[in-house]
Amino acid sequence: MRRILEGASPRARVLLAALGALLLAAPFLVDSYVLSVLIIVLFFAYVGQAWNLMLGFAGQLSLGHALFVGIGAYASAALFVHFHLPPWAGVFAAVALAVLAGSVIGYLGFRFSIRGAYFALLTIAFAEFTGIAVAHVDWLGGSGGLFLPVSNRAHDDLANLRGSPTMFYYVILTLTAGALALCSWLLNSRLGLYWKAIREDQEAAEALGVPLFRCKMIAVAISSGLSGIGGVWYAFYYNNLFPETTFGTSHSIELILATVVGGVGTLFGPILGAFVLTPLGEVMTALTEGIGIDGVKPFFWGLAVAAIVLFRPSGLWPWLYRLLALGNGTRGGPR
Amino acid sequence: MAGRRRAARLALRGVSKRFGGLQAVSDVSFDVAAGEIHALIGPNGAGKTTIFNMIAGMIRPDSGQILLDDIPLVGRRPDQICRAGVGRTFQIVRPFSQLTLLENVAVGALSWTDDIDTARAHAREMLALLGLGGRAEALPGEITLPDRKCLEVARALATRPKLLMLDEVMAGLRPAETDRMVAVFRRINRDTGVTILLIEHVMRAVMALSDRVLVLNNGRVIADGSPREVTRDPEVLACYLGSEDLG
Repeated sequence: MRRILEGASPRARVLLAALGALLLAAPFLVDSYVLSVLIIVLFFAYVGQAWNLMLGFAGQLSLGHALFVGIGAYASAALFVHFHLPPWAGVFAAVALAVLAGSVIGYLGFRFSIRGAYFALLTIAFAEFTGIAVAHVDWLGGSGGLFLPVSNRAHDDLANLRGSPTMFYYVILTLTAGALALCSWLLNSRLGLYWKAIREDQEAAEALGVPLFRCKMIAVAISSGLSGIGGVWYAFYYNNLFPETTFGTSHSIELILATVVGGVGTLFGPILGAFVLTPLGEVMTALTEGIGIDGVKPFFWGLAVAAIVLFRPSGLWPWLYRLLALGNGTRGGPR
Repeated sequence: MAGRRRAARLALRGVSKRFGGLQAVSDVSFDVAAGEIHALIGPNGAGKTTIFNMIAGMIRPDSGQILLDDIPLVGRRPDQICRAGVGRTFQIVRPFSQLTLLENVAVGALSWTDDIDTARAHAREMLALLGLGGRAEALPGEITLPDRKCLEVARALATRPKLLMLDEVMAGLRPAETDRMVAVFRRINRDTGVTILLIEHVMRAVMALSDRVLVLNNGRVIADGSPREVTRDPEVLACYLGSEDLG
């Protein structure tokens, strides 16, 4: 905890505590619609954090993170549907498979020095062909989709992740807080400093004794594993999985947009970005409903996102951080 | 830390490297005794930086042996060679631009300690040694080029090398800054015993620092001796030094 708050001003601590308290109390304060929006916000904040660890910390661009989320979702859902394996057990299989996939991609990319945009293409390719493969496996529901039996929401069954939106809210809130704490701890560790050095200049890092391959593999493994956990939550919250939408590149983009808008490489960027983008989408929907033209909402939403990226290219968080003077005077930039 | 001796002997045996049609380094052999300071000089394109990159593991030689004490370095990765005791700077400075000076240097110290606080403390010492003690929290973009050269040296030193390789760290410095840098290397060499191999065009620094000077031309060693001997060698004068004032 000391590390997490290191470099934060008293004002930042108060704000963080207030935000935490508000989020904890939210289900008692807001109606079911707002709660459903908050749930999506937290999901994007969580997955964004996982993705950010790879690009923002270790400098490896993945545009196929839907793969890891999808693997986690399909693994836990299939085990639940076919063997009644509860998700708390299925999550182990989900993480193992997601990490395996991440390791294969990482191994190919890092061993054969596939960098930057080419590495991103590799991640897209893996996500796309996994989606195609899943569409051909009947055991996973094929192209028709995999459906979880819709639960009786009269009582919450945490072990089986069957229950009310409030339960799902607290699960994803816990995951998001956990990911934030993990990333914060990692960022201030030896590994975190090594990642940042690799991100800045990998040859210079290597000359200073940084084992590139190992550090990058660890980044991919943690990022894909966290995404796999997110996938389990995703499967049990939505109850239906379709290969094209789950593994598609548009899903990968959707998962990372919050972080891009919030600030790549910062701890609070994914969270802030998710809190801006999802409600923005909801507001746009409400505003454009009256117009009655198809495609008006995505058009204006896209325009708004483009404007944010254009005017705050390093993300909203670094800007907000300076605006609210959240630092304690020491340097090192917003986190 | 002071007084702890850590010097290694470097030996190159018949090292060659070809890039396409260019024989960049051709059958180069030399020795640097533990604790000595050697300079590598020669015209541009003579193969000096290629030799550095082969010692540091960034380029693999086509043939030949490179030994640090008796450990063969050829075939090892740059990070392994760093951990074996070779610290190097880059000719064109390569700071981690989004990290503070302290973090930049701490990366080097983490090659021998797992503890981030130890690494930071050591990084502070190294920054102070290079005259950057007051700028620990600055970003590399906020300091002058001579200071960035010092940062590069501090980072390499933080790895606690037994052999320190400096690639033109004096280039672009004013004479007073060169003298300060020379004094720093003399002090480091005296305090820790570290072996130093430097590529340098600034003859003022070469003459002031070096125990021995190696002259390369077209990938071959054409002279190897004391600074005084080498600067009187007719072949060296013809191909490199010319009528330059040797200060």
